[in-house]
Amino acid sequence: MGQTLTEKLLAAHCGRDFVVPGEIINATLDLVICHEVTTPPAVEMLKKLGITKVFDPSKILVTPDHFVPNKDIRSAELASALRRWREEQGIARYYEVGNHGICHALAPEQGHVLPGQTIVCGDSHTTTMGALGTFATGIGSTDLAAALATGELWFKVPETMRIDLEGPLPFGVYSKDIILALIARIGVDGARYMAMEYGGSALQSLSMEARFTITNMAIEAGGKNGVMPADAVAEAYVKARTDEPYTVFHADADAAYASRFSLDVGALEPMVALPSLPSNGRFVGEVPPDRMDQVYIGSCTNGRLEDLRIAASILKGNKVARGTRAIVVPATTEVWKQAMREGLLEIFADAGCVVSTATCGACLGGHMGVLGPGERCLSTTNRNFMGRMGSTKSLVYLASPATAAATAIAGVIADPRDYLPRPLLPEPCPADGKPVLVAAGADEYLWGV
Amino acid sequence: MPKVILKLEHDISTDDIYPGRYMATVLPSETPQFAFADRTDFNASLRAKAFPPGSIIVGGENFGCGSSREQACSTLKGHDLAVVAKSISRIFLQNSINLGLKVVLCPDLEAVEGDELEFTTDQVLNRSTGRAFPQVRLPAARQGIMDAGGLIPYTRRRLQARPR
Repeated sequence: MGQTLTEKLLAAHCGRDFVVPGEIINATLDLVICHEVTTPPAVEMLKKLGITKVFDPSKILVTPDHFVPNKDIRSAELASALRRWREEQGIARYYEVGNHGICHALAPEQGHVLPGQTIVCGDSHTTTMGALGTFATGIGSTDLAAALATGELWFKVPETMRIDLEGPLPFGVYSKDIILALIARIGVDGARYMAMEYGGSALQSLSMEARFTITNMAIEAGGKNGVMPADAVAEAYVKARTDEPYTVFHADADAAYASRFSLDVGALEPMVALPSLPSNGRFVGEVPPDRMDQVYIGSCTNGRLEDLRIAASILKGNKVARGTRAIVVPATTEVWKQAMREGLLEIFADAGCVVSTATCGACLGGHMGVLGPGERCLSTTNRNFMGRMGSTKSLVYLASPATAAATAIAGVIADPRDYLPRPLLPEPCPADGKPVLVAAGADEYLWGV
Repeated sequence: MPKVILKLEHDISTDDIYPGRYMATVLPSETPQFAFADRTDFNASLRAKAFPPGSIIVGGENFGCGSSREQACSTLKGHDLAVVAKSISRIFLQNSINLGLKVVLCPDLEAVEGDELEFTTDQVLNRSTGRAFPQVRLPAARQGIMDAGGLIPYTRRRLQARPR
């Protein structure tokens, strides 16, 4: 009997040839990622148990990200506790404010995520990093304490749901639309406790940045992890960032999946998930053109460079509608800097957007764009639960950066295909992760990202 | 006998249980004040200690979905509440075990606010309606951690029991 990609990854980390769904294993960890909100409580627990040293400082990465810069005294206390602890422990991989980023975007961008790794972090969107062929999952602070002390953690081997993404991605449709369509199909607990393994022809055409958006939202379907095979695109991404060796795992052809189905991405249109569940996805044309008080472009889901390029291509030369506020939050400092070099920040500023430093910020109702009662926000983030971005009387709609940019200009929910610049000439497809234009027919072009 | 003090729908998120704006508050001694903070009447009753220890929140499917924040568990444990739900999201369940928040999985449960519930080893008995519903038991090792009050007390107890 063959094994799924997740089973292979877990077996390799518990000294076994194979594992089966449902069994409990103790796995070694290759990378533990720490941010300022969930790490200090874990550190306190270790102190209470008299454990003074982490298992291996070289396997830990630390950055503040939730409330950067500090939003209040409480968050300042947490950030300084994180800073003191990493100093005491001699953890070299530390990204201080000014060099920081949302951890799920920062870790792969800076070359710390390698195919074949096991990765945990006290944050549910850790699933993001599975796009590079890793087992990556979110845990609470108590499990984080155990992980930091021992470098190991027990896991129940999850069953795997296999999703094959097939077909060419239509013009104006992006990986965010794919994951919103998938969650609309299976529901917010459709993959509860399962591994979500992706494959299919459409996956190969997606850049690394686009893939992270899909694995990021595994948790929004209740998944334990999202995982994609590390193919040539993934290896090119990794090799551009590090010389560290790594191991690539593949699912067996006869792997046993709990369920398997295809998603025809060629039939998709831009998606909007209505309040207040990520599974409320509809085609943008089926959504009433509600007025938006705010548009938010950022987060670990859609705050990478490619996302900002797409948004800027729409906002360039346009103005944010009167009565709408547009907030752009690059996911990492490096994304911010590259956006500056490319002139994207100027495009956003000229359009009337606010550009902030990297932070989780308003995505979780923290700071830098919290919503008041009665306000509506179209956001490129991952959750639209009641009260997620502020008041429980506010409403959050989820969509792609393109749909967000179009909505910022229109002031009401808008179809990005009405605003995207139509390319004149198709370009060949490079494997470097940049948005590429692919010829699809006599007068039709696909923007494959 | 403990009563149901709050009956909730499916997909109750951690943003509902413990809003993100309070995430910079982490100490289990301080998180209880923000339990269901945006359900202001219920929060006020909790803070006024209007409910006896062991009072029960009934959830539907996928209770505790969303963020991994442990405050969503510590805030309920701080009020000595128990959660009974048809299903529970993965991270919330794991955090509940680790923090010793009593959670019970009961896929078929029918109960309304005010009902008195009793837990046996394999059933939830609704004493107000006289009906019994099967529990899905946790593995014994996991239940042991929850019953010990969480992973830290459990580990400490095991370390102390070890011969020197």
